[in-house]
Amino acid sequence: MNGYIVGQQVINGLVLGAIYGLIAVGYTMVYGIMGMINFAHGDIYMISAYLAAIFLALLTGAGVQSVPVALVLVLALTILFTAFYGWTVERVAYRPLRNSNRLAPLISAIGVSLILQNYVRISQGARNQGIPALIEGHVRVNAADGVTIGQVTYTQILIVSAALLSMGALAWIMRHTTLGRSCRATQQDRVMAELLGINTDHIIATVFIMGAAMAAVAGLLVTLNYGSFDFFIGFVVGIKAFTAAVLGGIGSLPGAMLGGVILGLCESLFSGFVNTDYKDVFAFAVLILVLVVRPSGLLGHPEVEKV
Amino acid sequence: MSIAASLKHAARWGGLTLLLSLPLSGWMLNGYQVTTTWHRPLWLAGGVFVGTLLAMALARLLEMPPLRKLRWRMQTKITVTRRPALPAWEWGVLLTIAATLPLWLSTYWLNVMILALIYAVLGLGLNIVVGLAGLLDLGYVAFYAVGAYGYALGSQYLGLGFWTALPFCALLAATFGTVLGFPVLRMRGDYLAIVTLGFGEIIRLLLNNGTEITGGPNGLPAPAPTLFGLELTRVAGQGGTPWHTFFNVTYNPNLRAVVIYMVLLAFLALLFFCVGRLQRMPIGRAWEALREDEIACRSLGINHVTVKLSAFAMGAAIGGIGGVFFAAAQGFVNPTSFTFFESALILAVVVLGGLGSSGGVVVAALVINILHELLREFSDYRVLVFGMAMVVMMIWRPRGLLSMRRQFFAVGKNL
Repeated sequence: MNGYIVGQQVINGLVLGAIYGLIAVGYTMVYGIMGMINFAHGDIYMISAYLAAIFLALLTGAGVQSVPVALVLVLALTILFTAFYGWTVERVAYRPLRNSNRLAPLISAIGVSLILQNYVRISQGARNQGIPALIEGHVRVNAADGVTIGQVTYTQILIVSAALLSMGALAWIMRHTTLGRSCRATQQDRVMAELLGINTDHIIATVFIMGAAMAAVAGLLVTLNYGSFDFFIGFVVGIKAFTAAVLGGIGSLPGAMLGGVILGLCESLFSGFVNTDYKDVFAFAVLILVLVVRPSGLLGHPEVEKV
Repeated sequence: MSIAASLKHAARWGGLTLLLSLPLSGWMLNGYQVTTTWHRPLWLAGGVFVGTLLAMALARLLEMPPLRKLRWRMQTKITVTRRPALPAWEWGVLLTIAATLPLWLSTYWLNVMILALIYAVLGLGLNIVVGLAGLLDLGYVAFYAVGAYGYALGSQYLGLGFWTALPFCALLAATFGTVLGFPVLRMRGDYLAIVTLGFGEIIRLLLNNGTEITGGPNGLPAPAPTLFGLELTRVAGQGGTPWHTFFNVTYNPNLRAVVIYMVLLAFLALLFFCVGRLQRMPIGRAWEALREDEIACRSLGINHVTVKLSAFAMGAAIGGIGGVFFAAAQGFVNPTSFTFFESALILAVVVLGGLGSSGGVVVAALVINILHELLREFSDYRVLVFGMAMVVMMIWRPRGLLSMRRQFFAVGKNL
C-alpha cells in the first residue's frame, strides 16, 4: 500500500466527511425534535448548490472581482434563501400533519422531494451545471521523514474550517442560548415544553431553518470543491448523510459530525483501494449494518418507547 | 373569511412564492452565466395567488347547505356493510369488458393497458405493505427488479420458462424481502423507509455494475411466454413449435401482447380477490391493528415481527411477479427501469388510490397510466404533479378519494 495514496484518501475522506456531517445535522435535529425522517433534506441541499451557482454568476456579472467578498456574499444569500426553503417545506408539508398518523409526514416528505427535484429540473434544465474554480492552489503534506504523503487544496482547507466553524456555532447556540435551551426542551418532551410556555411550532420551524442553513453551507462548499452538480445530487448524498446521522446516533449533534467523518473516511478508502463502482453500495450496506448491529449509533441513547 | 381577508391571505402566499422562486426561476444557469427569466416567478406567484383564491372560494361554496350534505356523503369514511362493494354480476360485467379489450384495442393501447395492469399489480402488492401493514417501503422497485431479472437470468442460465418463472421469482423476491426485513422490522418503523430506499439503490447498482452476469447498462433479453408449450413468436426460439404453425393459421404479431394481457388480467383478478379475503382473515386484521397501535398489539400477544414480515414478504412476492410480467411484456430488461422514480410512482399509485383500499389502487393505476399516455406533451410535469398530489392527499384525504367499505358478518335471525 502506497503511503501517498493512503494519505490522499484520508484527506479526501475527511473533506467528504465534513460535508456529510453538515448535512447530517439537518436530519439529526429534525429527527430529534419530531421523530421523523425529513426525506426532502437532501433536496434542500441540492437547491442550495443551485442557489450558490446562481448568486455567484450574478455577483460576477455585477462586477464583483474579489473572491473573498464574492464568497461571503454568496454564502449569506445562499443561507438566507435555503433557510427560507426549509421553513416553507415545514410550513406547507409537515405542519398540517403534526398530529396525523406516523406514515403521513413520511409520504408527504417524499412528495416534497419529488416536487423540489422536478421544480429545479424544469426551471434550470436537466443537464449538469457548474461553477468555475475560484480558489487555486494547494499545500503539500509531508511526513516526518520529508516524504510527501498527500496534498491539500485550499478549497479543502476552507471546507473543513467552514464545517468546523458552523458546527461550533450551532453547538454554541444549542448549549448557551435561550433558543437552544428551548430546542433541547422540545426535543425531550414536546407537550411538557409547550405547557411551560415554549412555542413549539416556532421551535420546530427554527430547527428546519437551522438544518437548511447547514445544508446551504455544505451546498456551497461542495459546489466550490467539485464544480459540477445536477438536480439529482440530493438523493444519494441525502441517504449517505442520513447514514452518517444514524451511525453517529440520531438526535445527537456531535454524533452527526463524527458519523459524517467516519463514513467519509470509509467511503474514500473503499473507493481508493477496493472499487469505485461499488462505493455507494458500500455506504448503503454500512447503513443497514449499523441499524442491525447498533441502531442507537455511536453516541446516541437507546430509544425507550413509553406508552 | 371576508373577501378582503381572503385577498390578503392569497396575496401573502403569492408574495411568498414570488420571493421563494425568484432566484431559482428568475435566473437560469447558462454555463457560468445566467439568463434572466423574470416572467417565470411572476407567473408562478400569480398562479399561487389565483389558486389560493379558488381553493378558498371552493371551500366557501362547499359550506353552503345543499352542498354540505353532498360533501358529507362524499367524505371518506369506513362504511360497515353486509353488502359487498360490487355485487358478483357487476364483477362479471367488468371482467368481461376487460377481457374483450384486446379485440378492439390497437397494439399500442394494448401495451399501455398491460403496463397499467402491471402497475395495478404492483400497487396492490405495495398496498399490503404500506396501506395495510403501515410499513413505508421506498425500495419496492428492488423486488420488481428481482422478479424481472430473475426471469431474464433464469431463462438464460437455467432455461426457466415463463410459467415456471412466475412462482420461482415470487419465491425469490419473497426471500429477498425476508432477509432484508427480518433485522429491520424489529426496529422503529421509520428506519424501514430509509433502509428499503438504500436496498433499492443497492440492487440497481449491482445490476448496473455486474456487467459479466447482468449485462450491465445494456440489459438482458427476456423470452416471450409460451402457451401450453407452444411459442408465440414467429420463429421458435425456445425449442418448441410456434403457435401459428401448430394450428396452421397466419402469424399474428399481437398474440404475445394478447396472451400476456389475458394472463395478467386473470392474475390481477385473483390477486384482488385474495387481498380482499386476506383483509378479513386474522392475519389481515393483525396487519391493520399493528399499523394503528403496535404497543397495544404486542401487549395482546401478536408477534409483531412475524406479522410484519408476512406482509413484507407477501408484498415482495407480488412485486416479483409484477417484474416477471414486465420482463415478458417488454422482451428486455435493463437497470433504467428500476430507479427510485419507479418506487415513487408505485407509491403515488397507492397513495392516490387510498392507503388500504384495493379498488382505489387499481383505479389509480389505470387512470395514471392512461392519463400519462393521453397527456404525453406534459410528461415533464408528471412527476411534479405526483409530488404535489402526494402532499395534498396526505393533508386533505389520507385515506384516499374513494371511500372504503368493510364487510361484516352478522348472525342471522333464524339461528
